[in-house]
Amino acid sequence: MRFELSTDQKDFAASLESLLSSADTAGAARSWADGDHEPGLALWSRLAQQGATELADEDTVVELCVAFEAIGRHAVPGPWVESAAVLPLALGRDLSGTIATVAAPPNVPYALDADVASEVFVVVGDQLHTATVGERLESVDRTRHLFAVTPGEPVSTAELRGALGLGVLATSAQLLGAGERVLADSVTYVKQRKQFGREIGSYQAIKHQLADVRIALDFARPLLYGAALTTEARDVSAAKVACSDAAYLASRTGLQVHGAIGYTAEFDLSIWLTKIRALVGAWGTPQFHRAALLTELVG
Amino acid sequence: MDLDLSESERAFQAEAREWLAANVPAEPLPSMDTEEGWALHQEWEAKLTQARWSVVSWPKEYHGREASLVEWVIFEEEYYRAGAPGRVSQNGIFLLAPIIFDHGTKEQQDRFLPTMASGERIWAQCWSEPEAGSDLASLKSTARRDDERGGWVLNGQKTWSSRATYAHWGFGLFRSSPEEQRHRGLTYFLFPLDADGVTVRPIAQLDGEAGFAEVFFEDVFVPDADVLGGVGDGWSVAMSTAGNERGLSLRSPGRFCAAADRLVDLYREAPDPRLGDDVVDAWLKAQAYRLYTWGTVTRLANGGDMGAAGSVNKVFWSELDIALHETALDLRGAEAEVGSRWLDGYTFALSGPIYAGTNEIQRNIVAERILGLPREVRG
Repeated sequence: MRFELSTDQKDFAASLESLLSSADTAGAARSWADGDHEPGLALWSRLAQQGATELADEDTVVELCVAFEAIGRHAVPGPWVESAAVLPLALGRDLSGTIATVAAPPNVPYALDADVASEVFVVVGDQLHTATVGERLESVDRTRHLFAVTPGEPVSTAELRGALGLGVLATSAQLLGAGERVLADSVTYVKQRKQFGREIGSYQAIKHQLADVRIALDFARPLLYGAALTTEARDVSAAKVACSDAAYLASRTGLQVHGAIGYTAEFDLSIWLTKIRALVGAWGTPQFHRAALLTELVG
Repeated sequence: MDLDLSESERAFQAEAREWLAANVPAEPLPSMDTEEGWALHQEWEAKLTQARWSVVSWPKEYHGREASLVEWVIFEEEYYRAGAPGRVSQNGIFLLAPIIFDHGTKEQQDRFLPTMASGERIWAQCWSEPEAGSDLASLKSTARRDDERGGWVLNGQKTWSSRATYAHWGFGLFRSSPEEQRHRGLTYFLFPLDADGVTVRPIAQLDGEAGFAEVFFEDVFVPDADVLGGVGDGWSVAMSTAGNERGLSLRSPGRFCAAADRLVDLYREAPDPRLGDDVVDAWLKAQAYRLYTWGTVTRLANGGDMGAAGSVNKVFWSELDIALHETALDLRGAEAEVGSRWLDGYTFALSGPIYAGTNEIQRNIVAERILGLPREVRG
């Protein structure tokens, strides 16, 4: 019994954190939103060098979650869930060095960032197919470029169910990281912003809301890593529900305590607020996963 | 990172499960806050003690098994899964004992711990006063030095003292230096509730039972031998259990997991799809609490401490407890108002966000000590 990241896993988290916090990830996200993929692709290569694209394996699900928490915390743009979590397991082959994407309707109706992907797939029933890319749709998260797809030929599939579960977990981890980032930035802000002659963070109305975010994130994390250890469907669903709810609470609270500056596109908080809203609905809404979990529980 | 039990932990788990299956009363005992229920709960504690299950993590000389923290959590999970009775001795074994282990003299440990473990002597916590609730440090009950008799004379009033109606001894903080303010000049005392000058007045709780009481002190003499920790150090002594490495101050997750499983059973028997989400949320939060506790146990076993995490914990489990029981009552529909185990659990759960430091106080602690927000301006 050792329900805590191992030293190696902590070191991996620290190395990703050091890489991403010294890079201008918010700038890369903004460029990506505007169609300039270069800074985002440079980040992709650097993370791939750290091994972030080689974790879609049953033995490294914890490490995968560590990586996606960092990706969420730093709003790294691109089809990471699809390329680094879902497709390597679904196709049963190493995708390192290439970027691919996949849609899996109805929970994942569009292919994320198909314009940068060299391979595009779509799940139809229990089968993976190649896909041709159609029109582009705008996401609330401007860094997420969504594309309609039409199924083509079926392709041989290794482990589709497990692969889709990894997609859910990776998305949950991203939400947790994004929620942590919004909380950290909100704490910094309320310690410095003064009204009525005092830091607004000294008022209970602010404190208690942020404390609730801390509590929600603290109790979402063990469900994420517990699911990473078991990879059972019900645990994966529980992780998605808890990470979605906690991150969404962080985003609503974060916006509220920032006031009007938080509502601007210019302020970087907006990157995480819009990302969280998009990810809450991605890879199965909380409602979908609650219903799935209920079925698992009552049989 | 793993959630695997070792061979010896699995053996411990099997032994606990087997004993509980053979010994837990088939019918729930009457409430411990009635005379009949009190006696039956004390009998149950004696039975636990005979088989060395009453305080598994304690030293063997005090009826324990020197179980590890992991084993303690395992025992608690099994205990609640088996539907075993509530612990009438819990104020003693969970709240006071860790302080006696850390701050008591060997003489005090030898004198107090064995009967606490066996449930022969039940302890009541005398903390709050009529004018000192959340602001506990403003307490006014006094302890006056009596050199002649070698002790202290207590005066004042405590209230909301859980179990004090039937308990044998009490523990509480008194102001031993009247010239000192707030956290300074307080001393931690232990005293028999039938001592001369002590008057216990039971208070009926929301459910009508006398689960707590007011305790009045009129020139109550306490010998030096019953001072716990240093004179004037009462506050730091009282607060020291938050980081207790025995983990006895952790709230057992077993209780919530067992209740969540029963909630799922209740839903299965009479499904109401409108309440499905609430059932799921209660179940997954109980799991979250269980896993979070395993994380804490890992950290403590590696030499870490609880820090202010106890406050994160307290808000979470107390709100979970209410949500879980509310959902059960909602599932029971119009039958919910009729007496049942769920209704008892619900009424008890309602007190959770209030006792052991209100959730507002806990949120202040989370905000100030964990998030590092500025302290509030105080009156």
